[in-house]
Amino acid sequence: MSIKRRDFLKAAVTGSAVAALPGPAEARPNLEVPPNAVGMLYDATLCIGCKACMVGCKEANDMPVESADISPIWDTPLDTSGKTKNIIKVYTDGTAEVKDRETDGFSFVKRHCMHCVDPGCISVCPVTAMRKDPDTGVVTYHEEACIGCRYCVWACPYNIPKWDFEDAFGKINKCEFCNHLLAEGKLPACVDRCPTGASLFGTREEMLEEAHRRLALEPGDTYDYPRNTLDDPNRHEAVVPHYVNKVYGETQGGGTQVMVLAGVPFGKLDLPEIAERSFASVSETIQHTVYKGLIAPLALLGGLMFISRRNIEKGGTE
Amino acid sequence: MLSDLDLHLEPATGISRRGFLKFCSGVAVTIGLSPAAGARIAQAVMDPKRPPVIWLSAQECTGCTESLLRAHHPTLENLILDMVSLDYHETLSVAAGHQAEAARKASMDENFGNYLLVVDGAIPTKDGGIYCKVADRTIQEHLEEAAAGAAAIVAIGSCASWGGIPASGINPTGAVGVAEILPDKTIINIPGCPPNPYNFLSTVLQFVAFGSLPELDEKGRPKFAYGRLIHENCERRPHFDAGRFAIEFGDEGHRQGWCLYKLGCKGPETYANCPAILFGDVGSGSWPVGTGHPCFGCTEEGVGFTKPIHALADVETLTPPTTFAAVDQPKGVGMTPGAAGVVGAAAGAAAGAAAVMASRLGKVELIPEKKKKKKKKNKGSKKESTAAEE
Repeated sequence: MSIKRRDFLKAAVTGSAVAALPGPAEARPNLEVPPNAVGMLYDATLCIGCKACMVGCKEANDMPVESADISPIWDTPLDTSGKTKNIIKVYTDGTAEVKDRETDGFSFVKRHCMHCVDPGCISVCPVTAMRKDPDTGVVTYHEEACIGCRYCVWACPYNIPKWDFEDAFGKINKCEFCNHLLAEGKLPACVDRCPTGASLFGTREEMLEEAHRRLALEPGDTYDYPRNTLDDPNRHEAVVPHYVNKVYGETQGGGTQVMVLAGVPFGKLDLPEIAERSFASVSETIQHTVYKGLIAPLALLGGLMFISRRNIEKGGTE
Repeated sequence: MLSDLDLHLEPATGISRRGFLKFCSGVAVTIGLSPAAGARIAQAVMDPKRPPVIWLSAQECTGCTESLLRAHHPTLENLILDMVSLDYHETLSVAAGHQAEAARKASMDENFGNYLLVVDGAIPTKDGGIYCKVADRTIQEHLEEAAAGAAAIVAIGSCASWGGIPASGINPTGAVGVAEILPDKTIINIPGCPPNPYNFLSTVLQFVAFGSLPELDEKGRPKFAYGRLIHENCERRPHFDAGRFAIEFGDEGHRQGWCLYKLGCKGPETYANCPAILFGDVGSGSWPVGTGHPCFGCTEEGVGFTKPIHALADVETLTPPTTFAAVDQPKGVGMTPGAAGVVGAAAGAAAGAAAVMASRLGKVELIPEKKKKKKKKNKGSKKESTAAEE
């Protein structure tokens, strides 16, 4: 049996190219919702912008006041940052007369970690400094493991993890669902402080159910809104607003454990429409396929060797 | 005239000249005038031609009058009512029946165009307005008649301002505020249930002393009294901002004096100066929220007598610390001229250095190349020479 050198190389390159294609059978699916996934439902129509949640967050997580003003009288951060894990932002349009209306209206939005079911930050972290609790699904950050590459900052579709640039030995700062309080059986600080039940805590399943219950209500009717948790007796009655008929976080990017209801389109609240397939599953599928059995690197090595060999032959010997 | 004060005032009312002037200065400050204006107010209220006041009572509970009677120590309320020549008031008139009606008629005819009309209570309009009649005529007829010759009209209390309690719920009598009956007139609304007497007194005394009326907001309320949310001046506001709320009456937070928002406080959507000037002249904490009960928004149409007392308020967010980062908030301040200068200088220096270096690099390279050529030439010549030798 005689194989020409040229044919052998051709076959080798084709084979490795086939192996490099992401075949559907090998695609990594989205991660599943953890068995006892905790959840939070933020209803922007209930939010009054009192910022009690921001104060509670700073106290619970021992963070300093951050002021955008020259004189730091009030805690007025502009975004999540090295010193702010949770922020109430506002969307305004035109005269901003009516709450939860898109034109000439306004809406609050609470921004912090969404605790993705399949988080991009964990996928990109080279040292497992970002971890997702296998039981509750809380995404936590572990400073002792972090090498400061800040990949997680870039990988997050919600622009949430932030590096503390003001500290020479900085670290990532992001909402961790008040994991230390959950361990004590307490509520996350923002939920605990919220006076209107705009931030609600429970299991992800319960929150999703409650969100769909609200979407099914007739605008203008009254509804007995729960505060803190679904079974808390301290509820309050309010008029049902016009909701955007979608629970943000149900499917976006493979789903999130923090979900949002609002009266204005989510795109206006800086909550982008993201495909159901998580970014992590797409990128991991490509990466893991390319590096499977080291075929692609070997093929690359072979190709490079071939090219260099040919060049040597062409150039001749001196 | 002021020098005569002591002669008439003290024996008649038990108030010293000093006490009276102090009061007038206080009133001046309340309506935002300088304390010096107090002397002018004192002068005006001592004028023998005191402006007559006609006080009509419609669907009301007399709470506004009761509140006014407690404006200060008992002697002072006499003083005020004497000063403005109260010619008709159903509760306070000495006269009764036909006599009282005759006095009203006489005063209105004599002072046509000059008297101050004060109305408390809502005006029923349903079924020809028969649900409130005085001296066999509906109160609407009385009001329209009195308004014709009034120099100014003050609607005191929430009922007169926008309907108040009689207009709440199904509004069985079709009750409306004074402004709705008299759409062409300027009505000064002093809402409240009851309103703070000083908001009324300050308005009246400004009219008496200067012949002018205070600046009004779009709902006809004096801005000096109704320009700010209760929430803005509330002594419990820091608890609101920090998220410390009483959850039920008598709980730990309630005893600590925490914010009453969760109990339904309407301070965040109600405009009034209650937390600033308080009630009853008995010192701090003498207002509803100060005593531990949530504000129920009595001065605000659509809130008081309309929303359930313990329903959550819609927070109007007007003042710090309620400034918010926008969803698309730009961050940083861009490049300052100073920074641009420094960066520009650094860039210029770097470019210059690079140019110089590049030119030098060329020279450094050129020399060895020449040498190489020379060497090659030498080599070539050597080869040639060897070839020749061969």
